[in-house]
Amino acid sequence: MDIRMMLATARRVLSQLRHDHRSIALILVVPALLLTAVYFLYENETLRPGVPRTFDRVGLMMLAIFPFVVMFLVTSITMLRERTSGTLERLLTTPVHKADLLFGYGLAFSLMAALQSLVATAVAYWIFGLDIAGAPGYVVLIAVINAVLGVALGLFCSAFARTEFQAVQFMPVVVVPQILLCGLFVARERMNDVLEAISNVLPLTYSVDALQEVAAHTEATDRLWQDASIMAAIALGVLVLAALTLRRRTS
Amino acid sequence: MSGRAGPGAATEAALSHSSTAPARPAHHQAAAVVATALTVRLGRLPVLHGLDFAIPAGRITGLLGPSGSGKTTLMRTIVGTQRIAGGTVEVLGLAAGSAALRRQVGYVAQSPSVYPDLTVEANVRYFGAMHRKGKADVAEAIAAVGLEPLARRKAADLSGGQVNRVSLACALVAHPRLLVLDEPTVGLDPVLRADLWDRFRAMAEAGTTLLVSSHVMEEASRCETLLLLREGRLLAQLTPAELGRRGAAATLSRPSWPSSGNRKTATAGSRRMGPPAGSARRGWNNAGGCGDGYPDDARYCTAGA
Repeated sequence: MDIRMMLATARRVLSQLRHDHRSIALILVVPALLLTAVYFLYENETLRPGVPRTFDRVGLMMLAIFPFVVMFLVTSITMLRERTSGTLERLLTTPVHKADLLFGYGLAFSLMAALQSLVATAVAYWIFGLDIAGAPGYVVLIAVINAVLGVALGLFCSAFARTEFQAVQFMPVVVVPQILLCGLFVARERMNDVLEAISNVLPLTYSVDALQEVAAHTEATDRLWQDASIMAAIALGVLVLAALTLRRRTS
Repeated sequence: MSGRAGPGAATEAALSHSSTAPARPAHHQAAAVVATALTVRLGRLPVLHGLDFAIPAGRITGLLGPSGSGKTTLMRTIVGTQRIAGGTVEVLGLAAGSAALRRQVGYVAQSPSVYPDLTVEANVRYFGAMHRKGKADVAEAIAAVGLEPLARRKAADLSGGQVNRVSLACALVAHPRLLVLDEPTVGLDPVLRADLWDRFRAMAEAGTTLLVSSHVMEEASRCETLLLLREGRLLAQLTPAELGRRGAAATLSRPSWPSSGNRKTATAGSRRMGPPAGSARRGWNNAGGCGDGYPDDARYCTAGA
C-alpha cells in the first residue's frame, strides 16, 4: 500500500466525476427527488393512533438503498471503462498496488456517498419531518458503508462485463434481489425459509436491519454495530475478490 | 566481481570507476532485453514461435512487421502484461513482469490509454504519481510532446494525434530505463513525427533503451537495430543499412537458418535468421516482387532499392 498513490487515485476518480455533471446530479439530486416521491405516495394514508407513518419506515430504508444502487452503477461503469480503455492495463504496469487502486476508488465514492447521504438525510429530516428515535449521524454512517458495498460489488462485477451494456445488466441480477429481500416489502421473519435464508446472506439486508435499529432506539445498540460490522466485512471480502480480478498478466 | 577479484580487477576499477560491473555473460551487459526460445500463445493460438534476440541497451530498436505478425504481443510480453508459454525473456537483468521492473519499464500501447474525461495535465500528473514524480516531471513530459498550450484541455477534446501524444507523455513522465512504444507516431504530421524521433534519439543518447514498432520505412531508418517479425517468427535482426543492402540484393529472399550452435550469438547487430519455409518467398523477403497483399510491403521493399 502506498497512501499517496491511493490518494492520487481517489483524486483522479473525483475529478473524472467532476467533469460529469449528469453523474453528479444522479448522486446528489436524484435520491432527494425519489424521497420526495415516496413522501407524496403516502401523503394521504390514514393511520391508526400510535402507528408510525409509512414514510418513516420506507423513506428511512430508501436512505440505505440509494447509495448502494447508485454507487454500484457508477462504479461498475467507471471500472469497466478503465478495463476496456487500456488505462487499467497501463496502471498495472506501474508500481501501483492493486489495493491502492481499489481503496482509491472506495475512498472517492465514499466521499460522494457521504455527500449524497447528507443531502438525502437532510431532506428527509427537515423537509419531510422524518421521525425516528436514533441520531441522523448513524443513518449517514450506514449509508456510507452501504456505498462502499456498492462500490466493491461494482468493481467486482465489472470484471464479468465486456461492454457498458453488459455492466448495466448486472443491476437486475445483483441489485434488485437485494431490494426485494432486504425487508423493505415484507418483513424478513414473515418470508418463507428459502427466501429468508437467501436474505440472510445478502448484504443489503443488514443495512436495513441496522436502520431499523436506529429508528427504534435513541442510542446505538449492539445489534446496530453487529450489522455494521457484517456489512463492512462483506464489503472488504468483495474488495478482495475484486482485487483478484485485476490481472497484471493475461494468458 | 568477487569471482574475478585480484590485482587486475582492482587496477581496472581504479582506472575506470566501474567496480560494480555485474559478473554476467558479456552479451548481457550490452543488452536491455534478451529473449531465448520465446513462445507465446493467445488463448490456444500460437502467436510467437521460439524467438531468440537481444535488444541493445541505450539504443533505438525498431520492430517491423505486417499487421498480425505479433508485434504488439511481443511488446506486451516484454512489458510483462502477457504470459509466456515457453522460453524466457529477461528485461534489464530480471524476468519480464518482475515487480521491480514496474519502476523501470514504460509502455505506450497502440490505442491511447488515457482518461478522456481528464485534462492533459491531470492525466500526466496521475500516471506520474504512480511513479512518485512531481510537478517538474509532469511539465517536462508535457513539453516533450509539445502539448503545453493544451495542458488544461480535456483529452476528449483533442485530435487523435494529440491524444497519442498525451499517452506518450504519461509514459515519459516516469523516466523509464526501457520504453516500449507501439506505433507511437501514427496520426502525427511529418514535422511532429520528426520532432518525436529527435526526442527518442536524445533519450537513447541519455541511456534509455527504446523499442519502437512501426509500419513506416522512413522511421525504420531512424532506428539503430531492426527486428523483422513475420507470422510470429523473427526473420532477421539487422541495421537499417543492412536491410537496405539486403533488399537491393534480394538476399532476404534466400532462407538461411543459422545452425543451432549460433543461437547463443543472438546479440545486437547483424544476425541473419531465415524465415520459415512457408513464407520464404513471400512478403518483404522478396525484394523483386512486392505484391504480397499487404500495403507495407512496398515500403519495406523499395527502401533499399
